[in-house]
Amino acid sequence: MWSVGRDGSLVAMIKVEGLTRAYGSFIAVDDITFECRAGTVTGFLGPNGAGKTTTMRVMVGLTPPTRGDVTIGGLHYKDIPNPGRHVGVLLDASAQHAGRTGREVLEIGARTMGLPSGRVDEMLELVSLDARESKRRVRNYSLGMRQRLGIAHALLGEPTVLILDEPANGLDPAGIRWMRGLLQGYADRGGTVFLSSHLLHEVEQIADEMILIGNGRIVARGTRDELLRDATGGVSTTLVTALDNQQLAEALTDKGLVVHTAGEGLRVTAEPVDVGRVAADHQIVLTDLRAGNEGGLEDLFLELTADTQRDVLPNEVTASEVPA
Amino acid sequence: MSVTTAPTTLDVSHTSSVPFARLVAVELRKLADTRAGRWLLIAIAALTLLVLIIQLSVVLGQGLHPKYVDFLQGMNTPMGILLPVLGVLTVTSEWSQRTAMVTFTLEPSRVRVVAAKFVSILLISVVALVVGVLLGALANTMYGAFSGHTVVWGSPVKLGFYYLLLYIFGMATGFAFGALFLNSPAGIVIYFVYSFVLPTIFGIAAALMNWFESLQPWIDFNFSQSGLIDGTIAGNEWAKLAVSGILWLVLPLAIGVWRIRRAEVK
Repeated sequence: MWSVGRDGSLVAMIKVEGLTRAYGSFIAVDDITFECRAGTVTGFLGPNGAGKTTTMRVMVGLTPPTRGDVTIGGLHYKDIPNPGRHVGVLLDASAQHAGRTGREVLEIGARTMGLPSGRVDEMLELVSLDARESKRRVRNYSLGMRQRLGIAHALLGEPTVLILDEPANGLDPAGIRWMRGLLQGYADRGGTVFLSSHLLHEVEQIADEMILIGNGRIVARGTRDELLRDATGGVSTTLVTALDNQQLAEALTDKGLVVHTAGEGLRVTAEPVDVGRVAADHQIVLTDLRAGNEGGLEDLFLELTADTQRDVLPNEVTASEVPA
Repeated sequence: MSVTTAPTTLDVSHTSSVPFARLVAVELRKLADTRAGRWLLIAIAALTLLVLIIQLSVVLGQGLHPKYVDFLQGMNTPMGILLPVLGVLTVTSEWSQRTAMVTFTLEPSRVRVVAAKFVSILLISVVALVVGVLLGALANTMYGAFSGHTVVWGSPVKLGFYYLLLYIFGMATGFAFGALFLNSPAGIVIYFVYSFVLPTIFGIAAALMNWFESLQPWIDFNFSQSGLIDGTIAGNEWAKLAVSGILWLVLPLAIGVWRIRRAEVK
């Protein structure tokens, strides 16, 4: 069944409604509601202990919810026949028998789902575990290799939905880029990806939508641009460096723009295009011109989740002012 | 975004749930696909063979007159000790190695998974019986050949059935304790306490207290199985076996399954 929402938007594949999970008096997840649409990557972002893993565990039926409901493609997880064929799950890459070989871990999954064993080879190749590595026991795997094995396991049954908890954890920068491409391609083919991370930079480049969670509550959600707009209160800033910063600063100030020095260049409260125009008018040579809101997202992330952060940042060293 | 429409429901019309036989086959595979599991199976077979060789050389050397049931009894010691350990580990390794998370996401019905595990140990019991019966027959035949005495078989079919029950009871009790504690060391230790320490305590209690002596067969599962070991079980001993079995096998198993159903898999 294919359908589009009344407003023409994509309709939710994963629906979480009023989900609460309490452990005695401790509320791990507090009345959260969100949707993940097919064909998109949704990032679930929050500091450690914010409730991400608990939410994902409830989604796949490992933890019963205290209140609320989760459906995937209109079904409760437990009602999906042979769920591995529909929903690929990676909750903890280390939750594998240390004495099994990587290949055997996939073999068990493939046999449970009723897949031909050629599928195991395909997946090993996809995640770049070679023949020798696949015959080693998981005990001897690095976290990055376990993560690759876990991703291979999640993809085994050619599912249409992926639920991945901290999939980038332990991957090296090249591995993170590889995974980004893999998941992007998967979503482009119509798949639904829901992945969590406690690191903003792992998620912001891949996620079509981000859900920020802190203390068990959703504190913000939206696309990267929407969040950025909120983070800066709708005010844009631009980072610019010219051969002659002094001349540029004067020209910008004449236009009534607010200019501060920042690192080797200037921080201007304006859109990059406006700054570029001023520079062109005055024939000033620019060596760098870019939107200056990047730090804004990180600021927002830290601010919104401040209650659950263990480390308090001193005010004068907010993330946006740390030189890149 | 490259897609304009997307499925909002999973198309599950062409997917059937995982067949039970496949779950059983996977559980059997899991018993032997780790070094620990494989060596436990090899150890059971090797120890059984070793005990048999020792027994054969002793009876031949001392000119004893063993019957078929004596060889079966000899093998019951290694099998009876190690098969239950396999029963415990079948359940607990999923929890200690945290693979239950994967197992239960691929088959959300935990009762089906536990049932598949239980059937897999029943099948192992049958294999153990076949191996035991054949090795025992071989030992008995060799005894006849070497000693020149007439070989006594008794009623091998009946004995085979009794030993099948013994192996099943042993493994299933281990399985039940594993399900009850969901922890390998605890499951194994408690099983050995139940299997080796408890009979002694019950024996002392029975010797000291008359009323307990008549109660013991009803509540001591080890005691009530002794009639199976020597092949003499008869009459209300079956009832005693059933009652004590409910106490030490069915009850812990029921509580264990209930616990697994409700447990949060971490």
